[in-house]
Parts: sequence; structure tokens; C-alpha cells
Amino acid sequence: MERLTNRSKIVSDKKMTFLEKIYLPAILSGIMITIKHMFKKHATVRYPEKTREFSEIYRGMHVLKRDDKGAERCTACGLCAVACPAEAITMVAAERNKGEENLYREEKYAAKYEINMLRCIFCGLCEEACPKEAIFLTDRIVTTDYGRDEFIYGKDKLVEPVNARIDVTKRQTPEVLEFKQQKKLSHNR
Amino acid sequence: MTLLLFKVLLILAVFAISLFMAAYSTYAERKVAAFMQDRLGPDRAGPFGLLQPLADGLKLFMKEEITPEVSNKFLFVLGPSLFMITALMTGVVIPWGNLLNIDGINYSLQITDINIGILYVFGVVSIGVYGIMIGGWASNNKFSLLGAIRASAQMISYEVAMGLSIIALVMMTGTLSLKEICEYQAGGVGGNWNFWNVVYQPLSFLIFMICAFAECNRAPFDLPECETELVGGYHTEFSSMKLGLYLFAEYINMFISSATMATLFFGGYNFPFMHDLGLSQNAITIIGTGVLFGKIIFFIFFFMWIRWTIPRFRYDQLMNLGWKGLLPLAIGNLLITGLFILLNNRG
Amino acid sequence: MEFTNNLFYFLSFVAVLSALMVVFSKNPVHSVLYLIITFFAIAGHYILLNAQFLAAVHVIVYAGAIMVLFLYVIMLLNLNQETEPHKSTLIKLAAAISAGLLLVVFVGSIRGSEQMMVQPQQVEVGSVKDMGRVLFKEFLLPFEISSVLLLVAMIGAVMLGKNEEEGKNAS
Repeated sequence: MERLTNRSKIVSDKKMTFLEKIYLPAILSGIMITIKHMFKKHATVRYPEKTREFSEIYRGMHVLKRDDKGAERCTACGLCAVACPAEAITMVAAERNKGEENLYREEKYAAKYEINMLRCIFCGLCEEACPKEAIFLTDRIVTTDYGRDEFIYGKDKLVEPVNARIDVTKRQTPEVLEFKQQKKLSHNR
Repeated sequence: MTLLLFKVLLILAVFAISLFMAAYSTYAERKVAAFMQDRLGPDRAGPFGLLQPLADGLKLFMKEEITPEVSNKFLFVLGPSLFMITALMTGVVIPWGNLLNIDGINYSLQITDINIGILYVFGVVSIGVYGIMIGGWASNNKFSLLGAIRASAQMISYEVAMGLSIIALVMMTGTLSLKEICEYQAGGVGGNWNFWNVVYQPLSFLIFMICAFAECNRAPFDLPECETELVGGYHTEFSSMKLGLYLFAEYINMFISSATMATLFFGGYNFPFMHDLGLSQNAITIIGTGVLFGKIIFFIFFFMWIRWTIPRFRYDQLMNLGWKGLLPLAIGNLLITGLFILLNNRG
Repeated sequence: MEFTNNLFYFLSFVAVLSALMVVFSKNPVHSVLYLIITFFAIAGHYILLNAQFLAAVHVIVYAGAIMVLFLYVIMLLNLNQETEPHKSTLIKLAAAISAGLLLVVFVGSIRGSEQMMVQPQQVEVGSVKDMGRVLFKEFLLPFEISSVLLLVAMIGAVMLGKNEEEGKNAS
């Protein structure tokens, strides 16, 4: 049979030579390898004291952005929920009442916005789909918890607080912006 | 009366040191394993994780003590106890040091020097098999029984080769007492040019060491507890400190067999130039004990080194090696030694 | 001397009691375990007779190797009430008679050896050197013959264990 790659190794069960049969040379070379490893640099990162450096475009926990005045950008259009391949996003839309202009930017807003973090695969398609630049993935980590219900993140956890804005510009490298632009163009075509 | 007091203290000391060494062997094992795999190992409990054995012990004590309904209650307790007792009993005949002179009286740092020292060790080790067998059978579990049977078959098989390898040494030194064998190697490079026995009997040492690995159920011969096939082997059903006793006794066995190897083949408490440096007797004894422990620690390290290097043997390979490899080799070594002794006596 | 006497009575008591338990205990595994205790008691007797070498060898060979194999077989056989074959009265009678004869032989031989009693503390009978000297000087022929006997038994075991098909192919 023709081989697909040249990485495969042909296995044969030929008779062992005397040197192989007494095991000792092989054992000796084995213990030399392990003793060498004893003096090598350890790969361990002592986690709570030291953290591993994150990639610039790391995709972690989502954030629902507010605009400059502090009003929520999300209009509950549902594009993110449609785009989500894991079907992790659900939302309930509501109409903005009088006097809430400083809370919500447009007339329609998400009364309820939930992401099931156990379903989410952190692909970032919601971010790409969003026409209002409301949802972004950040470099924050979704922490562990005890129950499944605790992983359904509502607006209380997702929307950024007014006085503690979350910076998402670091992720928006020129390459990422370029990619998004291309995507938009291909949509419009 | 002072002699009795000294002996009691010595027994307590050996007991405590055995347990201490066993506890820290568990720590060392994890550290060595980690270092060989480019990791750090336990380093959270205390500085460098030095309190880890205490934490482990506490954990074992706190665990629920499960006794299976269908097990034989008395034998279920007897198994681990017997294994632990036999492990601790072996330390009695090992010469931990030379004579210590206090107020003009010589005290030997060996608990008792019986004239059949090596045979005593073998006898006690062979009783140790019962700890495993009884434990495995009493838990009324097929995996445990299979593990126990594997363990005992392995231990009996390798005991034969081990005994034969030692007979060559005994023929050379002409005594069964561990103390006398140790004295036989005294002097080292200075003085009267007595080398370590390993120089004269390298093959015997090799066989003895391989058999010691098998007797202690250590990798690459850890088939009795091979997790992938037998869940946990003979201690599958054991929990809490009963499991702890099994694991602990294994490390004590390792410590004792390291001590035996150091005494029989590597000069025990003797060190080179021991009589040429002009030290007092007590100083020589204390340094000698330190040297012995250095050798023991090296052997314990060697046990771990091998464990994290070589994969487990298959059962037929194990039996082939024991019966078809080591046994004829030991007999051959015996014959050659006999021939040499005969020729030496003639000439 | 008082202490030694007491020890002797204690060991004898243990030996006889556990020997009886070997016969009377229902579970065969327990029987084997009691037999091991008997062996230990006998090893203790050897030590009292100043024969440490014999004691050690007794423990290693009987308690350490042979009984382990016994235990082994019995554990694997899964013996219990149902699988036990029923023995006829004739076999029981034959067993009783042969065991009785053996007892007579033992008693006779022990009665005959009363004159040979020695103080074990005075002569070194049990040390390895003396054992060796006696075995290789006075009893050389019986010693060698018994070793041949063991060899024969070993060859027999190998023959039994050998696969017959394999043997045909080889010859």
C-alpha cells in the first residue's frame, strides 16, 4: 500500500540482538537521559504568584460596552445570537421609555441578555456580527464555580460599569480590524 | 542496665528514622519525578514543600475508613499491619554504625548481631509476602486477589535469585553476620587495602539489586499494583491509614533494602582512610553512620531514578528474566566464586 | 532457665493449638494460616535449641515459600462446602489407620532418642559452621542423595508442566 506521508514508521519484530536482550545498555542510556532532565529548566509557571503572558488577541469573557455618555450600545438586534455557533446567547428586547435616554442609546434595548459560558466556545463571532460595536471579547478569564446555573452570565456581569470602563482597544490590532473590514465587505457583496 | 537502656533507645531511634525516611521518601519521590519531567513537584506546604509528608499523612488519617461488607474483617486489618511490622523488623540486624564509646563502655550501633543476619533478613522478607496475600484475599475482590497473587509469585521468584546471589558473597566473606561482612570491607584505600565487596562481586551486586527492585515491588517490576490492569492491585479495597500502611511499608522496604545493599556491597559505615586520619573512635563512628546514610540516600535516589526512566515489564518478561535470566546467572556466579576460592586456597 | 521453660510451654501450646485449628477450621484459607502459625512456633523451638540457622531456613523455606504456594492454590481454587467431594467411610477409615501408624512411628522414634538428649547451650549444634561441618563430613552421602532426590522432583515438575505438543515437535 502506498503511504500517505513519509512520517509513518515501519514496525518490524525482528529478533533482538544479545545487547538488546540484556537490557542494560538501553537502561543505561535511559537513565542518562533522565538525569540530564533533572538539571534542565523547569517548564512550570507558579500560577497565583506569576501569570503567563496573554496573547494580545486573547478571547476571554465578553463585555457589553457603553458609549461615551454611558448609555448601553446594545439594541437587542439578535445578530450575535444568530451568529453564535454554540447557541450560547439569548436575549429579550424591550422598548425604551421616556427619561431613559441616558441609559440606552437607541429606542430598543436588551432587557435581558444572557450568555451561557458553559456553551460558549469563545470564537468571537458575536463580536464580528455586532453592528453596534456593543459586544467584545476581553482578556478576562471566566472563573470556576460550583453550579451550572452560575455560568449563565446576565447583564449584571456582562455590561461594563460606568465608572470602571473595560479597555477593549488592545485586542483591536490592525490585523484584526483589517479582518473585520474584509468580513463586512464580503457580507455586503 | 545502661546497655538495655541504650538498646531501647537505639530501637526507638531506628524505628523513628525508618518512618522519617519513609515519609520523606514519598516527598523525594514526587520531587525527583517532577525534576525528571521538567516540573517542580510539591512546593506549597512549607518551604520547598518540605511539610508535604505531614500534609499527606494528615490527609490519610482524615479519610474515611472503609471496610467492605463481604471482606474478612480480622484478616483485612491483619494484612497491612503484618506488612508494616515485617518492614520495620528488618532494620534490627543492620549495622547502623561502629562502636560508640561512652564512659569507657563500647556500645554497638547495631541492635543485635545475630550470626545468621542475612538469613534473618530473608526470613522476614518472605513473611512480608503474607501481608500482601492476606490483604488481597481478605478484601474479597478479584482485582485484589490477582494483584496479591502476582505480588507473591514475583516475590518468591526473585527471592530465589536474590538468595543465590548472596551466597556467592557469603562464600567469599565466610560469614552470614551483616556486621562481619561490613567489617570485612573496613579500611578502604588506606591501611590494608580492603575494597568494597562490589569490586569483587559486581555480578552478584547487579543480581541482588534487580531482585531488590522486584522484592520492593518498585518499577519496573511494580506489576502487583499496576493501575492500568488491576485498578490498584492488592490494595484496591483499602482506604485511609490502612492504605497508608501499605504505601508506607513499601518505602520502608526500599529504605531497608538500600541499607542492606550499602552494607553488603558498598562498605556500610566504612569510608576510605578511616583509620589514617587520626580521628577518635567516636568521631569515626559518627562519620561512618553519616557515610552509611549518604550511601542509603543515594540508593533510594537510584530506586526513584530507575522508576521514572523505565516502563513496566510485562508479566511473562518478568518471569523470564527472573527464572531464565537471573537464576542461571546467579548459579554461574556461584560456581565461578567457588572456583576462585578453591584456587586461592591451593596457591 | 525458668524463662526458657515458660517460653517452651508457651510455644508448645501455640503449636498444638494452631495445629488443631488447622484440622478444625472450616475455611481452608484459615487452615493454611494456622499452619503458618504452627511453623512459626516450631521455628521458635529451634531457636530455644540454639539452632538459629535451622530456624531461619525453616521460616524461609516452609513459611516463606511452600506455604505461600499452598495459600496461592487454595485462594484460586475457591473451595467451599458445595464443591467438596464426599468421601466414603472406607477412605476415612484408611486415612485414620495410616495417620495412626504414622503417630506410632513418631512416638517410637522419639522414645528411642531419649538417650541422645544433650544440653544445647553447651554444644554449638545450630550454628552454620557446625551444621556445614556435620553435613559435609559425617552425613555427606545422605546429604548428596537427598539433593539428587530434590533434583528428580524438579525434573518431574518440569516434565509435568511441559506442553505435550511442544515436546512432540521438538523430538
